[in-house]
Amino acid sequence: MSFLEVMGSGGRDLRLTDKFFEINWGLILLLTIVSGVGIAMLYSVAGRSFDPWATNQLIRFAVGMVALFVVALVDIRVWLNLAYPAYALALLLLVAVEFFGTTGMGAQRWIEIGPIRLQPSEVMKLAMVLTLARYFHGLTLDQISRPIYLLPTLLIIFVPAALVLQQPDLGTAVLLITGGIGLLFLAGLNWKIILTGVVAAVAAVPLAWSFLLRGYQKDRIFTFIDPTRDPLGAGYNIIQSKIALGSGGVFGKGFSKGTQAQLDFLPEKQTDFIFTMLGEELGLFGAAFLLLLYLLILAYCLFFALECRSQFGRLVSMGVGITFALYVFINVAMVMGLLPVVGVPLPLVSYGGTAMITLLVGFGLVMNVHIHRGVDLPRNSIAIW
Amino acid sequence: MDIKDNDRYKMFTRRATIMSGGAMAVMGTLFGRLYYIQVLESEKYRVLADDNRVSVELLAPRRGKILDRFGTELATNVSNFRLVLVPGQTRDVNAALDALHKIIPISEGRREKVLKTAKKERKYSTITVLENLDWEEFAKANIWTPDMGGIQPDAGVTRSYPFGKDLSHVVGYVAAVNESEIEDDPLLTLPGFRIGKNGIEKAAEVEMRGGAGNRQVEVNAVGRVVRELSRTEGDPGKDVILTLDMELQSYAMRRMEGESGAAVVMDIHNGDVLALASVPGFDPNDFNLGLSQAKWDSLRNDEYKPLLNKAIAGQYPPGSTFKMLVALAALEAGVAGPGDSVTCLGSTRLGNQTFHCWKRGGHGVMNMRNSIKHSCDVYFYEIAQRLGIDRIEDMARRFGLGEAFDFGIPGEKPGLVPSKNWKFANTNERWQKGETLIAGIGQGYLLTTPLQLAVMTAQLANGGKKIQPRIFRAIGDDAAPLEEAEPIGLSPRHLDLVLGGMNAVSNEAGGTAFGSRIDEEGMRLAGKTGTAQVRRITAAERAAGIIKNEDLPWNRRDHALFVAYAPVDDPRYAISVFVEHGGSGSKAAAPIARDIMKKTLIKDPIRRRAVGPVASTRPQSQSQDQRS
Repeated sequence: MSFLEVMGSGGRDLRLTDKFFEINWGLILLLTIVSGVGIAMLYSVAGRSFDPWATNQLIRFAVGMVALFVVALVDIRVWLNLAYPAYALALLLLVAVEFFGTTGMGAQRWIEIGPIRLQPSEVMKLAMVLTLARYFHGLTLDQISRPIYLLPTLLIIFVPAALVLQQPDLGTAVLLITGGIGLLFLAGLNWKIILTGVVAAVAAVPLAWSFLLRGYQKDRIFTFIDPTRDPLGAGYNIIQSKIALGSGGVFGKGFSKGTQAQLDFLPEKQTDFIFTMLGEELGLFGAAFLLLLYLLILAYCLFFALECRSQFGRLVSMGVGITFALYVFINVAMVMGLLPVVGVPLPLVSYGGTAMITLLVGFGLVMNVHIHRGVDLPRNSIAIW
Repeated sequence: MDIKDNDRYKMFTRRATIMSGGAMAVMGTLFGRLYYIQVLESEKYRVLADDNRVSVELLAPRRGKILDRFGTELATNVSNFRLVLVPGQTRDVNAALDALHKIIPISEGRREKVLKTAKKERKYSTITVLENLDWEEFAKANIWTPDMGGIQPDAGVTRSYPFGKDLSHVVGYVAAVNESEIEDDPLLTLPGFRIGKNGIEKAAEVEMRGGAGNRQVEVNAVGRVVRELSRTEGDPGKDVILTLDMELQSYAMRRMEGESGAAVVMDIHNGDVLALASVPGFDPNDFNLGLSQAKWDSLRNDEYKPLLNKAIAGQYPPGSTFKMLVALAALEAGVAGPGDSVTCLGSTRLGNQTFHCWKRGGHGVMNMRNSIKHSCDVYFYEIAQRLGIDRIEDMARRFGLGEAFDFGIPGEKPGLVPSKNWKFANTNERWQKGETLIAGIGQGYLLTTPLQLAVMTAQLANGGKKIQPRIFRAIGDDAAPLEEAEPIGLSPRHLDLVLGGMNAVSNEAGGTAFGSRIDEEGMRLAGKTGTAQVRRITAAERAAGIIKNEDLPWNRRDHALFVAYAPVDDPRYAISVFVEHGGSGSKAAAPIARDIMKKTLIKDPIRRRAVGPVASTRPQSQSQDQRS
């Protein structure tokens, strides 16, 4: 089956110019504003300097935006067909990273292919969304809750999650599992199984504590419960973060005037703790404004999903939205001391290339769903490539 | 859209709605938490943020200087380049020291001391890592500060005593504060802060210390000072002006070099102490920079006791210098008159005891004037016996013996004037008549300090007025008050008779100190020798011939004393010289006293000019200092 045939099969075909007019510029604007806020904060934290972070971030944003448009304009059936191969590749990379990965911050996370640094767990985030969407797209509502169909679902979710946990990267593992289960929920898993799962999960907590979590991860949880336990060690970050946020107050200390961040009391302020810095310098207003922007972006994902004619599109749009929401929630809750410190960046704002590009590609998929919202994708019509 | 897909769409919509609700709840939680931290608890965190970044440092004020009466600096402050560390602002003290070691090597011992102090001290106290660096090292440290992990250069001040051991006993020294000395003043908790431990440094500690200033600085997470937010200078300590004449003091110290002893020169009218020498001295600067154990031990174990201020804390029998008071008491009591005489045959018997005169074979017929001139012991045995100890005690006390003056320098000793009651209270034994005789020649229980003898002599020379020795001329701008000298209550005729005797001692041929007279007109002195025995001479030794002092080991030789005043015609200065185990007063003490007195008199005109409002005696440089 050739590529053109795929393009031509079923539903109405769109020309490139038609698609271009279907692009939702509101979402693009929101993403640009949020990324702009991030770049501004990176400029501030460097002491009003584009070096060393803001310029790099700007370049990544540009690259990501180009990727977004490319991904958005490709026919949705291409993504439907690429779902499984993409997942297989991501899984392969995750295994490869075990053997050839570069160690950073005590975890194996990268593979270096020439000049490109690839983080397989990032690829997996999107690949899993596509794969689950593709898988559920082919199932009827009844089938979803049947064990024979449920088992592959769980494998799709937990195999990569286990590999990621092995690196060890607790944050991403949580993201993968929660995101996957979120999609399973949306696809219509029946409540009986959901409740059973919840009970099983609760029962598994002590087991996970003893066998899965590593010493430093337990340490983070202890410290989360009582940050003053080790105020200069593991608890230092969270104490300083709360001091920074709190001292910012309602209106903040002013752009680039945050003493906690500028005097280095706040750790990792350009990456995981950038929300804290924003809260310190721009106050409750600034922080709430950013959260509202995130909420609007999520609303777009929901809205695009609901107007889509295909189950695949709906699940992709919501899948990206869930991942995005989880990023925001975990990061913001973490810096405010509501969750233990796990290395999850604030989407589009934290300094870091891979996350930025992953997310913009993800929104490319969301936009793709929006553009192809009218395309019918028959449940059984598409064979596995 | 087939039916099955319609089911899925409905389900999706329902579930998406539930999920959105959940998302809203989660977002609500985040907003709530944000509101709680940034609004409700904001004040608390604001304080914590300021605690983080603002560090308050105490500023030690400039310590007051010590000046002599002419404004010569006796104790002053000089720059001390040091490197300091605040443990609370350094993540890892060890790493900081490692970094420093690469730039300026530090010894293992020093390192341990710093680590120990860092553990003990409060987190935000300043610990001295290295001090007294030379300029080159200090400059190097300044360049490398960013790499030294919280160790910072600091230009402190240290106390300096330009005259070193010439003045050790008077100025004292400063040293680190002991646990027991900490009071309310926050300055005392400032690590490295030094307070006066002895001498004037201790006596005028509070005045010279001044009040603490402070500065608020903004520091970053590793404790580096980013900028100064505010600065309140402390109140500089007050300068202390002493009555001393440093040139004279140095001369006295030099003149007595090699001996163990003391010399005190004072103004007989106002009590100003012009020289308060105690030899040997020690260098107070050594204490400042940290004394080695070996040096400390050698100071402590020295037979000549360099650490003791013998002028005020050395208690010795006054010997014959006490005879003037016995004579005055006898005249006042009427037990002896100017014309009465006693025949000295070399000894006196009392019961079965024999009391010898210093001159074998005796002085022959002696009246009071001649008995002073020749220092005849038998004469004074006789009148002491007539007086009884209690009347001798009374006169001695009227002259200020037997008690400390508390005139300012710590460690003053009261000496001892015995009485019947005193002996009974302390030994539970009755007073022996023989002890009265011994007291009559200034021996036995009687103990005085060189300062007391100087004051005694001054009071004889000033016409019998009670004076208080003064060492402080002014503190800051406040001149030390001068008290009106009260008369002791002596008959001028009696006084004239005794002073005549002292004149004869020095200025008449045959006087015990005739060899140490001053011939220059207007500078003549009148004095009295004293030789105080420190051992009992047995009858057997006396029969065999008394061993000469020179042949005895040092610590068994007699003490040599001399007191004098000058000029004879218009007295102004009194002196007392004490030479421990010096041999005899006339040979060992009188020549020293003569030289020091001469030096005193040569400078007299300048000193007279310096008298008057204290402010006018201040040198220009110092008043500028006060303004700045």
